[in-house]
Amino acid sequence: MAMNWPAVRAIYVFEMSRFLRTATQSILAPVISTSLYFVVFGAAIGSRMTMVDGVPYGLFIVPGLMMLSLLTQSITNASFGIYFPRFAGTIYEILSAPVSPVEVVLGFVGAAASKSILIGLIILATAALFVPLRIDHPVWMLAFLFLTAVTFSLFGFVIGLWADGFEKLQLVPLLIITPLTFLGGSFYAIEMLPPFWYTVSLLNPVVYLISGFRWAFFGQADVAIGVSLAMTLLFLTLCLAAVTYIFRTGYRLKS
Amino acid sequence: MQPILSIKNLSKTYASGLSALAEVDLDIARGEIFALLGPNGAGKSTLINIICGIVTPSTGTVTVDGHDIQRDYRAARAMIGLVPQELTTDAFETVRKTVSFSRGLFGLPKNPDHIERVLRDLSLWEKRDSRMMQLSGGMKRRVLIAKALAHEPRVLFLDEPTAGVDVELRQDMWRLVRRLREQGVTVILTTHYIEEAEEMADRVGVIRRGRIILVEEKAELMRKLGRKQLTLHLQTQLSELPESLAERGLELTGGGRELVYTYDSQGERTGITRLLNDLASSGIAFSDLQTRQSSLEDIFVDLVRERA
Repeated sequence: MAMNWPAVRAIYVFEMSRFLRTATQSILAPVISTSLYFVVFGAAIGSRMTMVDGVPYGLFIVPGLMMLSLLTQSITNASFGIYFPRFAGTIYEILSAPVSPVEVVLGFVGAAASKSILIGLIILATAALFVPLRIDHPVWMLAFLFLTAVTFSLFGFVIGLWADGFEKLQLVPLLIITPLTFLGGSFYAIEMLPPFWYTVSLLNPVVYLISGFRWAFFGQADVAIGVSLAMTLLFLTLCLAAVTYIFRTGYRLKS
Repeated sequence: MQPILSIKNLSKTYASGLSALAEVDLDIARGEIFALLGPNGAGKSTLINIICGIVTPSTGTVTVDGHDIQRDYRAARAMIGLVPQELTTDAFETVRKTVSFSRGLFGLPKNPDHIERVLRDLSLWEKRDSRMMQLSGGMKRRVLIAKALAHEPRVLFLDEPTAGVDVELRQDMWRLVRRLREQGVTVILTTHYIEEAEEMADRVGVIRRGRIILVEEKAELMRKLGRKQLTLHLQTQLSELPESLAERGLELTGGGRELVYTYDSQGERTGITRLLNDLASSGIAFSDLQTRQSSLEDIFVDLVRERA
């Protein structure tokens, strides 16, 4: 049967209006924190640092900063988006509507990804106020932005379905994603690490995301761009599989 | 005519092992108002939630106008509107937006005229731009009904629609239900207020411990199970029943001032004439008399107790 596009639209618009209602918080917060990073790392510390891979340090951290927000925002937006109706009980309406799982995911994940892409671009614009930007492969930059936002929004959607309390909602972004992003080379090239820690870093999936993203900006990366792309797609596939499994079994949605 | 809703051999056992429904068979006719009665935890909400797609059945099938609720869920659900028992709303949304959202969710293009009509019918038009959290409980209930009607359903489920609702809203609601019926909408409701079922329903089903123990035309049920009572107010107090009247199923109450006689209203002979003759010959005079027909509530209480 044909797709229920009005439903996708309804969910998408509902989610986006939630975002716009809290626009001050959702847009101002990343702008302020990005500015702070630039003041601390770019101006105060960066001025004492040499170039990294031939890129001034202030510019070098731009992809990492964007990635940091992109990952946490995608997860937070998507997990909250689906968790809240479960918590408030309004999920009954979605469950009783003639919508397929694909449409529900398109609406919720589409809105969450849109929001984080928007925030990513706002951060990029903020960065442009501090350093002269350089983007060697703008199409790839947008492609990575899009893929990462979708992948981690899907991941957040899974967390929002799994969580049975607000603490669990915070758990994954706070305890897993933020450390992995910081240690994944947001603020340094992992080549700068001693050999042992370099090898350990290669186990961190976020390394591949940041590396690929940085390649799109400066044409150089910690790992080969093909590997970055493959890892991103692999993670996307894993998240899609998890979502499919959840809807097939009704896990935490239906009894 | 094919029933609008057909439930066959429906059972539900939750993961916890709780058996909420057992082998339920039920057909609902097009355009009728059906009241589902039952004590708390009897399985009313589980039954409704299965039909609406919120709970997955363990066994059995449900079809809505011929559409299987699992294989052909889009067509089946598109016909159904659900007003849930709990007041669950999006606190920050405005009334009009949340009602329009429901219409979109059910795959229909925008139709501001229909939304306006529904809001006006439910006296919500003045509140259309209020946020949900600013509304009283009764108003929220109205919004939930408006959401269920936003996609012009052919079958409407009202799960305990009048729990905690003031008199005015109740009356509005019943006016609305009658109007929907005139438009050919089938209404299935659960309620605690049995007088409502008595007033509104065409048919009544009683569910107990996950089983439908009775489905009957309301009028038929009242006729079959209804009993009548004759109460005689005596002129002088009696300390006990005279021997001649002892075997009549009479009850002496009201401190010896009232005689209550229970009889079957369907019986050929009610025994009233004989009773009155006997009373006269025993020299018992009465100052007043009244008869009372048992209500659906009495019948319901009897049913549930009898089979407990």
